[in-house]
Amino acid sequence: MAVLPETSSPAVAEITTVEPVRGSNHPVAMFLARRIATGILTLLVVSILIFIATNILPGNVAVVVLGRAANATTIHHLDVELGLDHSAVSRYLTWLGGAVHGNFGHSAVAEAEGRSNSAISATLGTPVRNSLLLAGITTILLIPLTLLLGTIAGIHAGRKLDHLISIPALIMGGLPEFVTGTVLIYIFFTKLNLLPPVDLLSGGESPLSDPKAIVLPVLTLLAVATGAGIRQVRTGMAETLQRDYVQVARLNGVAERRVLTRYALRNALAPSVQIIAQNMQYLAGGIIIVESVFAYPGIGTYLVNAVTSRDVIEVQAAAMILATLYIVINIAADLIVLFLVPKLRTGAA
Amino acid sequence: MVASDWGGRIGLVLLTLVVLLAIVGPAFEPHSPVESIGIPGSGPTSGAPLGLDYLGRDVLSRLLAGGRSTLLLGLAATALTYLVGITVGLMAGYARSLLDPVLMRGVDVLLSFPALLVMLLLVTAFGGGRLVLVCAAALVLFPGVGRLVRTATLEVSTKSYVEAAVARGERTAAILRREILPNITGPIIADVGIRFSWSIILIASVNYLGLGLRPPTADWGLMISENRQIISTNPLALLAPAIVIAVLIIAVNLVGDAYVRQHERSGS
Repeated sequence: MAVLPETSSPAVAEITTVEPVRGSNHPVAMFLARRIATGILTLLVVSILIFIATNILPGNVAVVVLGRAANATTIHHLDVELGLDHSAVSRYLTWLGGAVHGNFGHSAVAEAEGRSNSAISATLGTPVRNSLLLAGITTILLIPLTLLLGTIAGIHAGRKLDHLISIPALIMGGLPEFVTGTVLIYIFFTKLNLLPPVDLLSGGESPLSDPKAIVLPVLTLLAVATGAGIRQVRTGMAETLQRDYVQVARLNGVAERRVLTRYALRNALAPSVQIIAQNMQYLAGGIIIVESVFAYPGIGTYLVNAVTSRDVIEVQAAAMILATLYIVINIAADLIVLFLVPKLRTGAA
Repeated sequence: MVASDWGGRIGLVLLTLVVLLAIVGPAFEPHSPVESIGIPGSGPTSGAPLGLDYLGRDVLSRLLAGGRSTLLLGLAATALTYLVGITVGLMAGYARSLLDPVLMRGVDVLLSFPALLVMLLLVTAFGGGRLVLVCAAALVLFPGVGRLVRTATLEVSTKSYVEAAVARGERTAAILRREILPNITGPIIADVGIRFSWSIILIASVNYLGLGLRPPTADWGLMISENRQIISTNPLALLAPAIVIAVLIIAVNLVGDAYVRQHERSGS
């Protein structure tokens, strides 16, 4: 799903409108400090919302996860085990205190089944690593691909090469991930029998031990994210090429190649940084469904399984991790934009 | 009109086809969409041109039956998105008080969640009913509309005709409705298409994950995931719903893009 984050961040608007702080020699450090402070504040609010959403039906957890084994005694026992007999506020504070230290409490389902190792933190490590691996590989391929194809399409705007890139990008960028993923499974598994439809990794195995397993999830994420990015980079490039300074350079007889590299490319790429940042942020949400399509053992699959089994404590943990990832990427992206676009850094826009 | 360029024309034709399929489709179901009529996962035959699904139900009948809910839920979510988004945006943009920062920080917080995560959290809390799906999609999408409307309202509210209305002593509600709203419709309408396709995608994604509408409901998103196990015997059971969703999304985007192009051309 190409539901990209809306206008990725207020960073640019903030920086261009805010007067440089008087007496401060480090506007970047100031900005960073403020950005991290807002980030932490946002996370706090996000954690409250996640807690409310997962606790809105009180007492429900024990009944739901116990299923047929539910009776007054077992419910009470599980409530005590999970601390559900305390007030919501005290449960929130306990949970938050633990979450800060990476301790997300005990899985309700595991507790109900009487498993001994029910601590969520122990089961979260592998999914988080797998997801970071998936998102990392995708990002490494995503950036050059988006810039290259977008720039080529922009330079050839309105001509054949542009249509050849832009039309597939328009189609891919708009499709939901599960549609793209299903079509890829059909092509690569059913038709060509090349790649496995779902990841069949056992337990703690890393996806790196069977690189085939990660190909289709990466392809799906790439299709959606580059599709949306290419169009925007293309527009930026095409618009820059219409600018007066590019026209003047051309009229002055500057070689076309030099016009592109010296005049157009640099200016066109500045807004592209933001587009890439948006795309990276998209990945934090996009992996949820892509992992499920391919049964890839990451945090997205973990979350969906937790929602399916109504294990609200696991849902809280996974949701918190994904939201944190989302916010961290957002801050990192703002910083990258800040360093690459000097205009914003000096406030002289 | 959007029909004046090729993208728009193709989009309109495709959109009309899918909408027709969804509206009149149920009248042409060759079989019952919820009853098993043969061996699960068998391929196309003359009686069932798209084959049978994982429970032996006719794929074509389910495809024809599943469109209405997809379109209606998407429309409802889009309508709610704009209702809430415009209200919040107008209030924040026109109120020169604490209301503006309070509403906008709320919007910021909502935007700091991945879209699908919000959907899943709400489904965890309230279950996957139709009303929940519509409200959840609107909750994800209204902040974008809110921001847009707020910016437009800020700009328009300094215009002399608004000041004149204030000077005449008109009530705030009347000013918002009669002076401001008609003048900000341009930017609001421009991306209705995108938001409509996003609502469809968000709701279909939750259904695909098996967390929304319950089987045996015929739903395009749900059909794709429930038939995963028979992809090698009857791939049409997955590909057919995947293709209709794809065509619907592409058509909506094409029409939306054509509208924006047209708007820009007539505006400049």
